[in-house]
Amino acid sequence: MPPRTNADQLHGTLDMLVLKSLEAGPEHGYGISVRLHQLSADVLRVEEGSLYPALYRMEQRGWISSLWGLSDNNRRARYYRLTSSGRKQLRAETESWRALALAVERILEA
Amino acid sequence: MTFWRKLRDGLRSTRQRETVAGEIHDELRFHHDRLTDQLVRDGLTRDQALAEARRRIGNLPLTQDAGYDVRGGGWLETTVQDVKYGLRRFRGQPAFSAVAVLTLALGIGATTAIFSVANGLLLRPLPYPDADRLVMVWMDNTRLGLREDWHSYPDYDDYRTRNSTFQDLAIFNSTSRTFAGSGEPERLQGAHGSPNLFTVLGVPPFRGRTFTDAENVPGANNVVVISHAFWVRRFAAKEDALESTMQLNGRAMRIIGVMPPGFDFPVKDTDFWVPTAPNENQRTSRGSLWLQSIGRLKPGVSRDQAQADLARINTDSLARFPAQRGYGVYVVDYLAQIVGRVRTAVLVLLGAVACVLLIACTNVANLLLARASTREREMALRAAIGAGRRRLVRQLVTESVLLGCLGGIAGVALAWAGLKTLLAMAPEDLPRVASIRMDPGVLMFAAGLSVFTGLVFGTLPALQVAAGDLNRALREGGRGATGVGRTVRRALVVLEVALAVVLLVGAGLMIRSFEKLQDVNLGFNADRVMTARIALYGQRYSTPQARQDFFAQVLDGTRVTPGIESAAAIGTVLLSTTPNSTNFSIEGRPDFPPEERVEVPVDPVSDDYFKTMKVALLKGRFFDGRDTATALQTVIINDTMARMFWSKENPVGRRIKYGQLSDSSPWMTIVGVVADTRRTGFDSAVRPETYLPYGQSPAGSMMVVVRAAGDPNDALAAVRAAVRRADPLISVHAARPLAELVGGLAAQRKLNTLLLVIFAGVAALLAAIGIYGVMGYSVAERTREIGVRVALGASSGGILRLVLFEGFTLAAIGIAVGLAGALALGRLMTSLLYDTPATDPATLAAIAGIAAAAALAASLVPAIRAVRLPATEALRAD
Repeated sequence: MPPRTNADQLHGTLDMLVLKSLEAGPEHGYGISVRLHQLSADVLRVEEGSLYPALYRMEQRGWISSLWGLSDNNRRARYYRLTSSGRKQLRAETESWRALALAVERILEA
Repeated sequence: MTFWRKLRDGLRSTRQRETVAGEIHDELRFHHDRLTDQLVRDGLTRDQALAEARRRIGNLPLTQDAGYDVRGGGWLETTVQDVKYGLRRFRGQPAFSAVAVLTLALGIGATTAIFSVANGLLLRPLPYPDADRLVMVWMDNTRLGLREDWHSYPDYDDYRTRNSTFQDLAIFNSTSRTFAGSGEPERLQGAHGSPNLFTVLGVPPFRGRTFTDAENVPGANNVVVISHAFWVRRFAAKEDALESTMQLNGRAMRIIGVMPPGFDFPVKDTDFWVPTAPNENQRTSRGSLWLQSIGRLKPGVSRDQAQADLARINTDSLARFPAQRGYGVYVVDYLAQIVGRVRTAVLVLLGAVACVLLIACTNVANLLLARASTREREMALRAAIGAGRRRLVRQLVTESVLLGCLGGIAGVALAWAGLKTLLAMAPEDLPRVASIRMDPGVLMFAAGLSVFTGLVFGTLPALQVAAGDLNRALREGGRGATGVGRTVRRALVVLEVALAVVLLVGAGLMIRSFEKLQDVNLGFNADRVMTARIALYGQRYSTPQARQDFFAQVLDGTRVTPGIESAAAIGTVLLSTTPNSTNFSIEGRPDFPPEERVEVPVDPVSDDYFKTMKVALLKGRFFDGRDTATALQTVIINDTMARMFWSKENPVGRRIKYGQLSDSSPWMTIVGVVADTRRTGFDSAVRPETYLPYGQSPAGSMMVVVRAAGDPNDALAAVRAAVRRADPLISVHAARPLAELVGGLAAQRKLNTLLLVIFAGVAALLAAIGIYGVMGYSVAERTREIGVRVALGASSGGILRLVLFEGFTLAAIGIAVGLAGALALGRLMTSLLYDTPATDPATLAAIAGIAAAAALAASLVPAIRAVRLPATEALRAD
């Protein structure tokens, strides 16, 4: 089993990862945490105590919006979806992450 | 954003708040359930899955609260939310909350109660229109060292007609008359006044009219204005009482007016007002000082201007009448006149309760600071998920203000009860008692005080929490407070010890003064003595013989009643500062120059007076049957007078006369010297006094003093019976045990002392609790250090000393600062002290000792706890 990492240990990456997970379509909080876990091949686990505050914060900044809907097992759940400014934010964060990752990679290979 | 839009948005988000709470709850619940299901699918048991889910979702309410920090709505919702959150926290910590609220209630309650007194006495305007323009005009008698002496009629007339600063100037003096209507004769309190008295005061009559200039002359002055209370009491408020006549001292007086309810000039319970109506002699005599004066300044005129104006007139009078040398004039605000006596006391008490409140605030601030460290983790978490620093400070301050308000509510209840007790204990001559109450103004004050208090003690801990290194706090699990917090807590303890010491010194000085007063030799024995006034009136008592016969019959009748030890009479037992007095000359010596003339009170006494009062005879003899109207005139003087004027010779046998040598008054032979008696109060100097035998000076109004073998009320019954047998139309009034009259002289002082002692006690207790709290916290903080010391071989005694020394050092600094403060502030209360300097070393030393002992005691419990810590546990402490 690969080592587990808390997503919020990577400073500033949680927002980006959440936004990325919503690119595939609207999802509720639990679904987002499951998606991130799966997408990272079981490496990343998001703490609930960090996830929800992040969601509320991003909703307030207008990157995502929320609405109540029915989940696959017919329970009321709050779904989040990307807004257009959220998409822009995701693009910007992805670019700067890639630049950073590239830089780190160069240093490590030097 | 405008205020109204803010308010509207705030209200809307408040309405939405419950929805927001519900939504967050639902959302997290959904997450929790799905997570549990997944965990069960992963192979956990249901219970394990639930436990894991709970651990991961965490403290649901806290997460919810944290959610608000980000999602929450407008400012009003934020406040409501902070208040609810705060209340929830208080409920979760009942002990802490109870201590904090109780401490604040003590501080706010005491301050509110004393403020009610200050408000009623000093701040509320007097019940006269433009009352700030009313001033008393006094004669400053430097010859007698008497500040508040009275005026002669010609002096008053000069001031009234020649000034340019007064709208008008009126005169008055108190009087009392016997009212004979249906039922028992009643002695009434009344006042003489000039016709303009009512216009100067600005109070028109409630019914009818007040007297005119034409009625202010002897012969035409048989008119009377009565009080509303008297009108209701004796005339059932009937309109036909107006223009009817009533008998005052046997003279028919026409009732021309009724004053409005509550009009109580010049003293409380004044029932009637009659014209001054000076006779020809009074109109022209500059030597007879018998009038008090009150004036209304012209609008815009200051007291100083009025003072200068009257001083100019006075200077002119002094030039024309050398006999008035040494007579000054001065003006004092009427409000200051009424409350002047108690002003200092009230201000000192207000200062004392302010100290108590400050100490209470300090204590609560310390409690909060100690708590703050345990809350650092909570705050760090909230900050981490997006709550701004301002937001956190705001919430902490809201909690403090909330605590202040809870304390305020309890404090107002405490103040209400305290004020009731206080007024019940108040000396009866306390001015303006009726206006002391908890009115809306006082409640506003208490509300403001509560909020202010919350801000004062809450801001410091809030800033500390917010300024703390939140990341560090989060990682370390909030272990211990920062070094800055420790220093602040210690500084606060030093401050409260210092404040408590200032109060204790004040209380100590008051107690010492009081002790000294108890030791003052009154010169007479007040045990089991009843006093009462009997005033004769009417044609029947117009001859000296009739008056003498009456009192002889009453005293004899009383004396033979079983249970009565002795009975006597005197003009007045206890003297005001302006008693009936006159100057005198000594045979064989030249007239005193005008500025050296000394006034002596003139008191007729019955033969048994000194024996009844147990006043010692120092030389010569008491009055007896020889001192009759036809015998040579005799006089007895007191010790002070003997020492002042016959320091090297025996005064007995010498002769004096009232007035100047050339006056026609008779020579009086001194037959005895009696010991000094304190008749003007414990703390004023004894003045030279003369006593005349009643047989040669039969006044119509006398005070009887009767010593009973047992209950002094038996004596009163005996006097009443004797008076009824002598003349049923004469009343016995103002009956009071002498001990009560004497006690009244010290009542104000007693109350001041009591209150200051209570406040100082509360302050000392709070300060001790403060030391206890800080030392207890310090020991908890240093658990690990103490463990190391024990492990390295420190003895129990060493640990004990370590903690005690720390507590004692704080107390010592506080005591030093407090003593310095007490020395600096001491002079403010000099006028409240008797024969005790404000720097009294014995008091200062005693207080320092008491405070040090209390500090040690307060540190002892934490110190013992430190010693008992098992070393292993101490080392393990995080």
